[in-house]
Amino acid sequence: MFKDQTAIVGIGQTEFLKNIDSTELNLACKAIKLALDDAGISPDQVDALGSFTYEDTPEFEISRNLGFGNLHYWSQAPYGGGASCAAIGQVAMAIASGIANVGVVWRSRKRGDPSSRMWSHTEQEIFDHWKWSRPSGLVRPVDESSMIMRRYMFENDYSREDLSSVAITLRKYANKNVNALMHKKELSFDEYMNARMISDPLCLYDNCLESDGAIAVVITKLSLAKTLSNEPAIIHAYSQGMSQEHSLMTDYHGENPLHSSSYVTANNLWKQSDFQPKDVSVAQFYDAFSPMIPLSLEAYNFCPKGKALKMISDGFISENGLLPVNTSGGSLSEVYLHGMNLVLEAVRQIRGSSSSQVKQVNLSLVTTCDATPNAALLLKGGI
Amino acid sequence: MIESVPIPGINDFDKTFWKNTTKNLLSIQHCGSCDEPRFPPRHMCPKCQSTNHKWKIVSGDGELWSYVVPRSPLLPYFEKQSPYVVGLIKLNGYSNIRIIGRIMRADNTNEVDINKISIGSKLSVGFNKINTDISIPFWYLES
Repeated sequence: MFKDQTAIVGIGQTEFLKNIDSTELNLACKAIKLALDDAGISPDQVDALGSFTYEDTPEFEISRNLGFGNLHYWSQAPYGGGASCAAIGQVAMAIASGIANVGVVWRSRKRGDPSSRMWSHTEQEIFDHWKWSRPSGLVRPVDESSMIMRRYMFENDYSREDLSSVAITLRKYANKNVNALMHKKELSFDEYMNARMISDPLCLYDNCLESDGAIAVVITKLSLAKTLSNEPAIIHAYSQGMSQEHSLMTDYHGENPLHSSSYVTANNLWKQSDFQPKDVSVAQFYDAFSPMIPLSLEAYNFCPKGKALKMISDGFISENGLLPVNTSGGSLSEVYLHGMNLVLEAVRQIRGSSSSQVKQVNLSLVTTCDATPNAALLLKGGI
Repeated sequence: MIESVPIPGINDFDKTFWKNTTKNLLSIQHCGSCDEPRFPPRHMCPKCQSTNHKWKIVSGDGELWSYVVPRSPLLPYFEKQSPYVVGLIKLNGYSNIRIIGRIMRADNTNEVDINKISIGSKLSVGFNKINTDISIPFWYLES
């Protein structure tokens, strides 16, 4: 069995900046060492690794630098923003099944420089599925997300005023988090409404930050976790999800393009779990673009269909709301590291160490990208 | 960054689709065994796993399911044209066939007036010739 067999016991992060004068390898080493120190585990105990297919620092270089033990398991999860919870879940499965004992999952990324934007490297001739959209000027992920959001807003009679509540709510969380890139920058309603459009109806503040940094987590069996000093964030449930007609970044060709792979992940996650959405104290939803938060709230069954944006406007995900969301500022206002910052915040909420700490957290949900094949983890505290 | 418009690379599954575009025809792939339509074109029918297929020429008429108006920063080719409209067009006669395309004026010379379009707008297909092998479908408001 997988349920409650493993836990996240260590978390580490570098500084988050627009531009860090270092390499991705150096940043990865720093974050991993911090995570192991946080866990109180010696590097030579590590025998499992998980990363992203988009990660450029190879396992052997990481292992040679940190002095890991002999490795017994490693895997890479695909699809960028969809990968963080999948990379962790796969390592947790290896540990739960007895193949390995101590796992490290990391993501190191220098994306502060605009020249590193993936869409800016679009080839002259396109052979993958993007041949069906790029030649018509739907070039960037934000355009793909915006297409879905305009339809959602049309079907449910929403305006940009309603959408503004997502970015503004997350900015308030970042203003309380000293490590957030936007810690000192407040965001007003007027600033949001007057912001330049990036892909109408989405404006600048509906987009994630472009940033440098690295993040790592340490995963062990629960029996080992209980001997360590940190409160373990027990991995209660995990699933990946990909819907039948999914096409990376879009579900345009399925029965309902608003019905993303998040629905697949959510259905199986709740099936694996002993709990219901109403039992969850706090959630971190992947937010490369602001629409992903209301869409995920509905996919994971926290809000009725079409109601999420209204509920967000009414304070549902705010500090005093029923379900505080992206409480470190998220990808919109803390840092964009392919969602690994959301995992760390989910763990901090279990430990009671968030800058916007929710009271009596028993269950802490973290998800990955609504627009890609994705995954989620339901973490449990209370030990 | 590339300076000119990115173009689709042709493969075995979609070569008929692109050949038809050069004749100003929009065609949809159907399963040769169970007739299930599928887009984008592919090797195998997801319903019955047959690799037989056929092509049906369609009118290309449809309605606007949603649209976006991309603004800077963009690839240089599109930067010059911004703001422009890209739509997701649901084809008439099919429940789930939706295709991405630019929303232009009928003669493809100018951008459509953004204020004249809305979700649900009735659209007709046109073709923007890229080279002798490929024309990119676009859509325009039915007059």
